[in-house]
Amino acid sequence: MTILIDPTSERAVANRTRVPRPASLAGKLVGLLDISKPRGSVFLDRLEERLAKDGATVERFAKPTFSKPAPVDLRHELASRCAVVIEALAD
Amino acid sequence: MTAGAGKPALPEGLVAVVKRDCATCVLIAPVLAELRQSGQPLTIYTQDDASFPAGLSPIDDTELAVSWHHAIETVPTLLRVQGGAEVARTVGWSRDQWQAFTGVAVLGAALPPHRPGCGSLSVDPDREVALAVRHGGSQLRSRRVELAALEDELEALFERGWTDGLPVVPPTEARVVRMLRGTTRAADEIVAIAPPDLVPLTVEKVAINAVLAGCKPEYLPTLLAALEAACSDDFNMHGLLATTMPVGPVIVVNGPVRRSIGMNSGVNALGQGSRAGLTIGRALQLVIRNVGGGRPGEVDRATHGSPGKLSFCFAEDEEGSPWEPLSVQRGVAPGLSAVTLFAGEGTRCIVDQLSRTPESLAATLAVNLRALHHPKLAMHFDAMLVVGPEHARVFREAGWSKARLLEELDARLQLSGEELVRGAGGIAEGMPEHFRELTLPKFRPGGLLIVHAGGSAGLFSEIIGGWVSGAAGSTPVTKEIAKEIAS
Repeated sequence: MTILIDPTSERAVANRTRVPRPASLAGKLVGLLDISKPRGSVFLDRLEERLAKDGATVERFAKPTFSKPAPVDLRHELASRCAVVIEALAD
Repeated sequence: MTAGAGKPALPEGLVAVVKRDCATCVLIAPVLAELRQSGQPLTIYTQDDASFPAGLSPIDDTELAVSWHHAIETVPTLLRVQGGAEVARTVGWSRDQWQAFTGVAVLGAALPPHRPGCGSLSVDPDREVALAVRHGGSQLRSRRVELAALEDELEALFERGWTDGLPVVPPTEARVVRMLRGTTRAADEIVAIAPPDLVPLTVEKVAINAVLAGCKPEYLPTLLAALEAACSDDFNMHGLLATTMPVGPVIVVNGPVRRSIGMNSGVNALGQGSRAGLTIGRALQLVIRNVGGGRPGEVDRATHGSPGKLSFCFAEDEEGSPWEPLSVQRGVAPGLSAVTLFAGEGTRCIVDQLSRTPESLAATLAVNLRALHHPKLAMHFDAMLVVGPEHARVFREAGWSKARLLEELDARLQLSGEELVRGAGGIAEGMPEHFRELTLPKFRPGGLLIVHAGGSAGLFSEIIGGWVSGAAGSTPVTKEIAKEIAS
């Protein structure tokens, strides 16, 4: 019988259920997150136009650099204020 | 003895611990017989042969439980036990001491007056760790994983996802405990926060992964320093994982530790065949995989990756270098050991077998460096230049310092914006149009690192391309290695 010492973090993956899909975006705050990759703003500009037409309130957010995780304050702000967040991933 | 059953009590009176494979123990066997005849209570434990010494009813301690728990370092050892506790001990053979210790006036009259003892089997380096695990109780906090009887050990490790695609060494408790002997740091000390899952990384988890990678215990301080550097915000290991570019952590080792752990900085310095560098680099990546949770296809999004992502760790040839070591250039005092972490891709060979002047050779290096990533991209990426000994000789003979070479390269890597902008040369890729009137350096200030390594034959140098430079990506990080290596 061989007993080994676990080399992993021993963490269990957290399962989170998705929040229900909103019936309408009207009056809701939609966050558009630019990760600071080139031309991500082009995509988000177009989304902003279309969302505004649908009656959503749109606010723009940006990570300082695409190469690092979003700062904790930014993550908190997105989670606490926005009903929906759309992230533009890459160029 | 069963595992960890606690400290066995000693009987009252005199207690001797001996082994047959000790000339002094054999010599004093008649003395033990004399003591037995003297009427004093005497118990004899024997470490290697349950019938030795003959006729004196020795107690079998071949499991070494008594010896280990009572810290026997030498045989013969003679103890006096009163009220269940040891009150005195003497080691080896000294007639005067044994007579005084036992109160028997005449002992071993025919023997030489003194003889040193031998090492106790309980402190034999080959057994000591196993004994500590068996008798000392575990000090490891990690979960135990019991393999099924029919599981192949190596296959089981693959199936649990603990490997980088190559076989790993099974991390048994004895191996992990032995690995932890490589550092004075406590097993539960937090070394860093391991990305991408931001897990507090303990010395113990590092040691387990060092076992997997095939490290020796004496490599552990270098690995710990490399992990501290890799998990820093400046180095940005998370970004290295997440990027689609083929970069991974490149570790350059400087200082006396290179020799004490047997790293290669000469022939095939960046290649296979040298255990220390390969296993340290591998262990770092296994920690990021197993503890940090950074796995290819998950957070690791590399388009192609690179063979160096398995392991990329080498030593600078400081002895043969015309220049100060990389660590010294980066602020570490001469004579100290350090690691420098660089976000690097694969290597590319620069061939120049004809240049014998520093100007010509610098021009060769510059035109090759210019092509890095794309000849029309400037200041985006850092690079490491590994200058081979035969190229370095040209600079040494001309008296060029490392600073001079960097200046000369920079002067040759000033690029005309007109040639760099998008569309120039019929190539869409390039710098934005607003750089057209400017002259741009290929590398940002400090973005080119120079290291001296390689075999003594071959007029070659190597470029290790970098990744997004500076605060937006990765900044090279140099970290001193704690002085705790016995050798």
